[in-house]
Amino acid sequence: MGAAVFFGLAGIAFGPALALVLLTVAAEPLRVIVLVAGAFFWLVSLLLASLVWFISVHLSDREDAKLQYGLLIFGAAVSVLLQEAFRFAYFKLLKKADEGLALISEDGRSPISLRQMAYVSGLSFGIISGVFSVINILVDSIGPGVVGIHGDSPYYFITSAFLTMALVLLHTFWGVIFFDACEKRRYWCLGLVVATHLLTSGLTFLNPWYEASLVPIFLITLCMGLWAFVTAGGSFHNILKCLSCKQEDDSRVMMYSALQVPLED
Amino acid sequence: MTELSAHLPQFQHGQLTENFPDNHLSNTNDNSERRRHDNSERRRNDNPESETNGQPQSNTQQVVEQDEEEDEELTLKYGAKHVIMLFVPVTLCMVVVVATIKSVSFYTRKDGQLIYTPFTEETETVGQRALNSILNAAIMISVIIVMTILLVVLYKYRCYKVIHGWLIISSLLLLFFFSFIYLGEVFKTYNVAMDYITVALMIWNFGVVGMICIHWKGPLRLQQAYLIMISALMALVFIKYLPEWTAWLILAVISVYDLVAVLCPKGPLRMLVETAQERNETLFPALIYSSTMIWLVNMAEEDPEAQRKASKNSTYHKQAPANQTQNEDAEADDGGFSQEWQQQRDNRIGPIESTPESRAAVQALPSNSQTSEDPEERGVKLGLGDFIFYSVLVGKASATASGDWNTTLACFVAILIGLCLTLLLLAIFKKALPALPISITFGLVFYFATDNLVQPFMDQLAFHQFYI
Repeated sequence: MGAAVFFGLAGIAFGPALALVLLTVAAEPLRVIVLVAGAFFWLVSLLLASLVWFISVHLSDREDAKLQYGLLIFGAAVSVLLQEAFRFAYFKLLKKADEGLALISEDGRSPISLRQMAYVSGLSFGIISGVFSVINILVDSIGPGVVGIHGDSPYYFITSAFLTMALVLLHTFWGVIFFDACEKRRYWCLGLVVATHLLTSGLTFLNPWYEASLVPIFLITLCMGLWAFVTAGGSFHNILKCLSCKQEDDSRVMMYSALQVPLED
Repeated sequence: MTELSAHLPQFQHGQLTENFPDNHLSNTNDNSERRRHDNSERRRNDNPESETNGQPQSNTQQVVEQDEEEDEELTLKYGAKHVIMLFVPVTLCMVVVVATIKSVSFYTRKDGQLIYTPFTEETETVGQRALNSILNAAIMISVIIVMTILLVVLYKYRCYKVIHGWLIISSLLLLFFFSFIYLGEVFKTYNVAMDYITVALMIWNFGVVGMICIHWKGPLRLQQAYLIMISALMALVFIKYLPEWTAWLILAVISVYDLVAVLCPKGPLRMLVETAQERNETLFPALIYSSTMIWLVNMAEEDPEAQRKASKNSTYHKQAPANQTQNEDAEADDGGFSQEWQQQRDNRIGPIESTPESRAAVQALPSNSQTSEDPEERGVKLGLGDFIFYSVLVGKASATASGDWNTTLACFVAILIGLCLTLLLLAIFKKALPALPISITFGLVFYFATDNLVQPFMDQLAFHQFYI
């Protein structure tokens, strides 16, 4: 416990997210706005889900622990479904905004593509979801205490951090896949995204049996990552081309900067 | 409703205006003349404003329509940039306030109440507490209304000296006294040993540079930093001295008041703005946060003294957006210069906006003084009162919420989204709009919802280490 733990956990949980934001989002105003608006949509979905859970808890018997546990699982499932519903709503909004931006732009193309918006919206859902899940835990880790002193797992903090990281990445990938599926009207893809989200959330119910929850979740993250990469148009060939492209571009730049007529002409 | 770029002086609450130097502004000598001038310059997109002035306005109607579309496109294209230009200072102010609340316990300790809120909230029954807080809020709002009306009356009867004295006294109070208290409390929190001489030196420097930057001239970033700091200080005072229910009620009522005062035809703030427009003056730059400074073009081939003054001004205001061209537009908005300075400038150079002599003079400039109409120079203005009330909301959320950081973050996102929507409306309606209502409404809804609904849910989930 203490600052070291805090910074370590924060780095694990939000390192990838921070890097992605700094490198890809922070420089472009439109993307920042998409990021903040995505966070807003996720928050509204969480609010509604909490309302449902709250009402169900108040209508039920508070003393019955099993019932409360069941209601919590029910609340989590409702929350997942609402998140995906709001992702769809956000897709609709962004599509309309995209068309609007394209209409009023000089060359008929909007300054941000739907794919970029898919990525940024996924990232925004991931970040706000991760933050809401883990920030209070992170803040508690600065103070004094012993983890799991009452018999719970002593790995609570570090597994939370890793789960958060997985969640952030998962939301990013789901965003890309979801928007692409909505564009191309591949409803089975949509269903698969919702199903994997439910599966991931369900796997966390197996905590603290971390082998059964963490390992599959990371496997799912990897698969989703590959799927999102392919959906966004990537391929092994692209990677190679990207790595080798760099040198070609450089040499071309050199030629033009020497203020000579290119020899090809 | 005429378009305006003037901004509101009211200390308690401000207003959001957009600073378009041409087509969408009309704060010059003569509205119609300006509009003609604007239309003529808009006819050639990339031509310098100066060069279109004297030339015959021979371009035709279809060009005008095309220009209006381009205006709109430029508006919305650079709208995103303006939103970020306001996100950053609002976020910084909120971060300062939340950081202070979390670390310095002075601002969460109950040490009495202001005289504006005389009724206590430590009562036996809930009903009594509710009644007291309603009375407190009513008193506070009436004080604000009275002060606004007083300001409007003073402005209408041209008692500028009184207004300036009032503004100077309040910024003196903030920059010296409140920051001294703040510094003292920060030192106490971190147990830093400090002597009075050092503190006096620090506060003196801080205060004097602040007064100069805010009321006179200074680098743009420094002026913005000072405005953010005094907004944060004021917000901290409110957070400390307003009891809980009173604070929430005041926030709600003041956003309603802001809406009414800015949009209703007889609203005091609207009357203030219209009066300023009629007189072709700008209002009280010391109370408005502006995201860009405007420059003076190197106007005076004919007047070497004014040329000197123009170049002197450009050295002061180097903090301009990155792609500034060499000679800037003589944009009508003053972006933070005080009344006296502007009158001085007007006396020396002549009103820049639309006199034929100035246009001829500028036209006579050599052709390399091409000022492309750089839309990114346009800035947005937000009143300091908005900063203060946003920060009060987020600060109170972080001070008193049981959900703690979740609630704070939810309110933060809500306020940013409200600001974004307000700016969108501003781009659509192109007139001064109140910046408080949407953000404060979202903020309040999210505060109460997150604190009472989301926090227990997330707490239970975190307890079992479930993720959603």
